[in-house]
Amino acid sequence: MALEAAAPSPETGQLQQPSQEGMLLARDVAGRAFPGRALEGRAKSTRIVSSQISVWSRLKEIWISRELLVNLVRTEIRVKYKNSFLGLVWSLISPAMTLGIYTLVFGVVLKNGIPDFVLLLFSGLLAWNLFSTGVQAATGVIVNNAALVKKVSFPREILALASIGSACVFFFFQACVLVIFLIGLQWSPAWSELWLLVVAAVPLLVFSAALALLLAAVNVYLRDTQHLVEVLVGAAWFWACPIVYSFQAKVYPFLHRHHIVWLYLLNPLTPVVLTFERVIYGKEVLNLTIPPHLPTQLLPGWGALTYVEMDGLVLVASLLLFYGAMVVFGRLAGNFAEEL
Amino acid sequence: MGTTAVDVQDISKRFRLYYQKYTSLKERVIHAGRNPYTDLWALRNISFEVQEGETLGILGMNGSGKSTLLKCICGVLRPTSGQVVVRGKLAGLLELGAGFQPELTGRENVYLNGSLLGIPKSTMSKVFDEVVAFAELEQFIDNQVKFYSSGMYVRLGFAVAVTVDPDILVIDEVLTVGDERFQRKCMDRVHTFQQEGRTIIVVSHSPDQIRSMCDRAVVLSDGQMIAHTPPGEAVRIFRENLLQAGSVLRASATATTQTAGTDPEAVAVTEHGVAPEASGAPSPGIEAKPGPPSSAERAMANEGARNGTASVQITDVVLTYPGSDERPYMVTGDPLSVRIGFIARSRVSGVDFFVELRDGTGRQLLRSAAGDLEMHFDLEAGTGEVEFSYDMFPFVDGTYEIVVGVESSSGGVLVDYRDPAAKLEVMHPGKALGTVVLPVRIGLSTTSSDHA
Repeated sequence: MALEAAAPSPETGQLQQPSQEGMLLARDVAGRAFPGRALEGRAKSTRIVSSQISVWSRLKEIWISRELLVNLVRTEIRVKYKNSFLGLVWSLISPAMTLGIYTLVFGVVLKNGIPDFVLLLFSGLLAWNLFSTGVQAATGVIVNNAALVKKVSFPREILALASIGSACVFFFFQACVLVIFLIGLQWSPAWSELWLLVVAAVPLLVFSAALALLLAAVNVYLRDTQHLVEVLVGAAWFWACPIVYSFQAKVYPFLHRHHIVWLYLLNPLTPVVLTFERVIYGKEVLNLTIPPHLPTQLLPGWGALTYVEMDGLVLVASLLLFYGAMVVFGRLAGNFAEEL
Repeated sequence: MGTTAVDVQDISKRFRLYYQKYTSLKERVIHAGRNPYTDLWALRNISFEVQEGETLGILGMNGSGKSTLLKCICGVLRPTSGQVVVRGKLAGLLELGAGFQPELTGRENVYLNGSLLGIPKSTMSKVFDEVVAFAELEQFIDNQVKFYSSGMYVRLGFAVAVTVDPDILVIDEVLTVGDERFQRKCMDRVHTFQQEGRTIIVVSHSPDQIRSMCDRAVVLSDGQMIAHTPPGEAVRIFRENLLQAGSVLRASATATTQTAGTDPEAVAVTEHGVAPEASGAPSPGIEAKPGPPSSAERAMANEGARNGTASVQITDVVLTYPGSDERPYMVTGDPLSVRIGFIARSRVSGVDFFVELRDGTGRQLLRSAAGDLEMHFDLEAGTGEVEFSYDMFPFVDGTYEIVVGVESSSGGVLVDYRDPAAKLEVMHPGKALGTVVLPVRIGLSTTSSDHA
């Protein structure tokens, strides 16, 4: 706060003295002093409300409101489990169920023979859950917060981003559980390539945020979006990612034969999921526990640089998508308050 | 000072009203491109500036675009064209407690609401106790907000908004919350804000509030700005606007094409024609309306109920005050005279004239009766005039109705009356609360207690 020297208050005619904190004191009728209440010479930001606001200035506004983002994430998590007995544990039960069922079906019933399949599954699910819970929650977030959107002014993008934010929180809970799994099963991840997780997490976040913004805005106008997302993301997209099956062992040979590996890799989540599996599961070649006990390639035998390249491409694409989502969001956000 | 806090630059806002709103994909596809709608311009080319430290009132009828304008200033809605430049931190009170999460406690909500208004947590912690003290919720601050009464809810909402140090405070009719004591407290805080040189934009339905609080006021009508003036004048224009809208309704109902004009004659309510003498004893209420009404006010006067046994008949009522020739309203404190013209059909003895004044809500404010002054008139057949003169008209601005009548001094028989005989527009240029303004001298005397 930029302060000038003591200036006479125009209304009271008194000379206001800067207090020790460098703040001016104004007095109310009762003579009570409020720190930081004086207005003279304090720095003021200028805000423009118009039909078109540039993406850049909106990004700045989001940055200014980052504390609101944190608060909304905190609120969402608090409110979600406020009156439930198990509280936050519930946030782990749902992914745990998925994990348990897929392990049972693919590892035990269908006997895919992958040793410690649960870890391969978990590492892929970890990345997937961030994307899927975040995007699904974000799709309905503007509609669900209609009261807020209609009455309070704040960058609406924050609401969608907060959904991704709370997905991140659950991501960390799940990551902690994964660590416990790793210790319990005495499994060692690829320590030397641990940094690749960050390289994959950044495009994952940007991509999720971009899609969250886009879908949240579109859902205000087309309420079908929410159900569509539930079906597409929850069912179809999940199976397009190499999470419950091995990319290298199951789909690669087929794709390679038809020269459409690139098509599979167009899914921006594939490189991310593969990176997570590569780092956490660690081993590319394993002897399956089902006969014949031949070495089988589970994960692509790429070097770290290939992963960086692929994640980098996803990042570039996600950033472009993010920009596009911001533009669309900006266009649509002007009428949120009336559409709701 | 002297700098602009809020600069509204030629903003317009269009609402697209669909007869049926389609939000599902199927419906959108089915009705693609042929969903009928009408454009509603809620705001049209509004431009004004609010200086720093100024309090601006926004007046307007329902549906005139007040809330839309306020939402555009706050940034909840974006204008279709034009822009609003806001300099400084703006706290919008469009609805108190709008951002509250019912599941969270009061304490958590204070912080959440603060961050919605852009207040960092550190600042909020410093003023937290003050917020709670202002809302008077010390006992309940750690209870979930869903258990709050509606009064507690809005108190907390208001407390957060006013304690968070905004440069510009935007208030949408929220000062009418809580009990009278809390309202007074809110008003006090608003006055403090004014003294501190903060900018305030307020929408109110109460012209009294606008008059007592604001430095300037904007009057909206059908999305257009029809005035940006000092509050006294704005309230008058607003009232005129209301009257006009009312008279349009009335005119269409009675198939009269006249609308209210501002011709100076409008105040002088005169009936040109004389009651039909041929009928001898005209029955009440069926008297032919003489001459086309030249203004809405006259139309209203003509529609006023007429009654009486009509041995004496009131023919016209004329209001006179300084400037009654030029403007359709009078100023509080000026003298007023009410002249009642009458016609007596035969010799009548012992009649009293009276004048009554009512405010817009129909409350009687005044009754001046000749009988109360022991003045009884004996009238010969023919026409005449009675004048009621007031040295000073003390009532603050508003639209008043004047009722005149004549009654018999003996038995209290109502001979004839006009209800309402005339409408009186009053403008009070100064600041005042209440109903009347009386000249007052204020003296101060102090006793020093130092030498005790």
